[in-house]
Amino acid sequence: MKAPGITHARSTSALLYLSGVSVSFDGFKALNNLSLLVEPGEMRAIIGPNGAGKTTMMDVITGKTRPDSGEVVFDGTADLTKLDEASIATLGIGRKFQKPTVFENHTVRDNLLLALAGMRSWYRLLTAVPSKAENDRLEEILSIIRMGPQQHMLGARLSHGQKQWLEIGMLLAQNPKLMLVDEPVAGMTDVETETTAQVLREVNKSHSVVVVEHDMSFVRALGVKVTVLHEGSTLAEGSLDQVSADPRVVEVYLGR
Amino acid sequence: MITRFLWQGMTRNLQLFVLLVLAVGILVPLSNLLLPPESPFRTPSWVLQLMGKYLCYASLALAVDLVWGFCGILTLGHAAFFALGGYCMGMYLMRQIGTRGVYGNPLLPDFMVFLNYKELPWFWHGFDSFWFAAPMIVLVPSVLALALGWFAFRSRVTGVYLSIITQAMTFALLLAFFRNDMGLGGNNGLTDFKDILGYSVQSDTTRAVLCFASALALAIFLVISAAVVGSRFGKALTAVRDAESRMRFLGYRVERYKLFVFVLSAAMAGIAGALYVPQVGIINPSEFSPGNSIEAVLWVAVGGRGTLIGPVIGAFVVNFGKTYLTGALPEVWLFALGALFIVVTLLLPKGVVGLWNQFRSRSRERQARATA
Repeated sequence: MKAPGITHARSTSALLYLSGVSVSFDGFKALNNLSLLVEPGEMRAIIGPNGAGKTTMMDVITGKTRPDSGEVVFDGTADLTKLDEASIATLGIGRKFQKPTVFENHTVRDNLLLALAGMRSWYRLLTAVPSKAENDRLEEILSIIRMGPQQHMLGARLSHGQKQWLEIGMLLAQNPKLMLVDEPVAGMTDVETETTAQVLREVNKSHSVVVVEHDMSFVRALGVKVTVLHEGSTLAEGSLDQVSADPRVVEVYLGR
Repeated sequence: MITRFLWQGMTRNLQLFVLLVLAVGILVPLSNLLLPPESPFRTPSWVLQLMGKYLCYASLALAVDLVWGFCGILTLGHAAFFALGGYCMGMYLMRQIGTRGVYGNPLLPDFMVFLNYKELPWFWHGFDSFWFAAPMIVLVPSVLALALGWFAFRSRVTGVYLSIITQAMTFALLLAFFRNDMGLGGNNGLTDFKDILGYSVQSDTTRAVLCFASALALAIFLVISAAVVGSRFGKALTAVRDAESRMRFLGYRVERYKLFVFVLSAAMAGIAGALYVPQVGIINPSEFSPGNSIEAVLWVAVGGRGTLIGPVIGAFVVNFGKTYLTGALPEVWLFALGALFIVVTLLLPKGVVGLWNQFRSRSRERQARATA
């Protein structure tokens, strides 16, 4: 049986394909005819002033918000406008929230274990113990996010930066085809920001990533293609140097 | 596999506690039966009966804690599952009366004769057999929990809205069971029981066995709850409590996790209610009253929610206070209950067990500092 929202003919080679997506809340157009293409293996940075629609775009991709119109296609086959959050997560889209939401009453290791891809069936979890493969994967992730020494600490006791890395680790544990990362360096020190850029570049070796961020030095450190959003649609696209030379982008960011 | 499942949540403290519950369940009845009446160590029969009641309350508290403390579903209607289990047992006990009722009708219980019933209502069939009643005690509350939970969790009803729905459920059942044409004794409920499995419900021996059975049920519930909570399922469950939408984004079908514990907990409450009824000798619609469910939540809050030992301690402490105060100073009890609610909310958010844990970790720190 086909799951709802899955078509078999591949319509695009892009991993993520948004076309003409509009969303309005009580008359306010949060997204206005937005289009975006992300290729497999790519890391894309999305920037834009407050209220540009960055978070709404993430909500639409993860199934939290239904668009009023437009197409959202994942991996060429799945129509994301027809699926719920859990199905979309199972398809391979993982999301890191703006505000870190790790499980505060669980250890770092248990947080990662909960996020680990695979085991989701409640009756099998009643008797399951972590397998060798799962433990190895946990060690690998702990080393990528540089949190091996803190693995038995409770989520509630982590610093802000550590929570963000744990979030990235949890995302990695889901082994998604596409990772959505919302403002990973908000509130971080410069050193932590630098580390986060390194962690994400390492993650990008095996995963496609979409990063939403305000911090320009961080976006520069990532060194990837940038999309500028403004009032719910794409304003400019290209390398950071190209877009920051664009007079419309300057105007939006600095005002007239 | 089953033994590993049941063993995985048993911490040392919990093992000791389960042994304590079993010891109480064995020693209290035995001291009532074996010691001569003049011995100072003999448990009086009324204490035995009270102990049996408290053990059933403790099981109900554990059931509430499983959904509230570990999954964050604040249920204000769990006494309904308790009462439904009790009614199933009551129906069996009614059918055991036979011709010994006031009207001596071999088929119809007294209240049906009185209300001019000509034949047994369809849902009373089968309840003359214990082996039919026993699965019903589990099934009836579970099916109700499954139906309610299925609709509520699937439509993502959470927080106070869910609490209100559970409260409305128990209130609706209260009103329904009050009606005479419900066929369950109306206002008066089911009472005047004679035998259970062929033994008189009045005799000390039967009381002793029922008290032991209540302790055994509580011990089994503790082991099962510990296994569920200590498994990877349990980790997912507490994660649902702490950050539900996060779990959804991780790809967990949150509603299935909630539904499983909700049904498990309803079944536990039903069994507790079924053990309760023969010990108190009556089941009537007042068991559905919303206040009962709220009291059960208070036992959990006092003992410590999110712990397994806490609800048992809470049920005993609060009910001991209730028994004592309603006897000694009847007008004070409701004020005491209200005060307890305020004190626990303000000062003891983690209950008695939480206070104990805090004390323990503080004294351990002090020791560590002293030795350093």
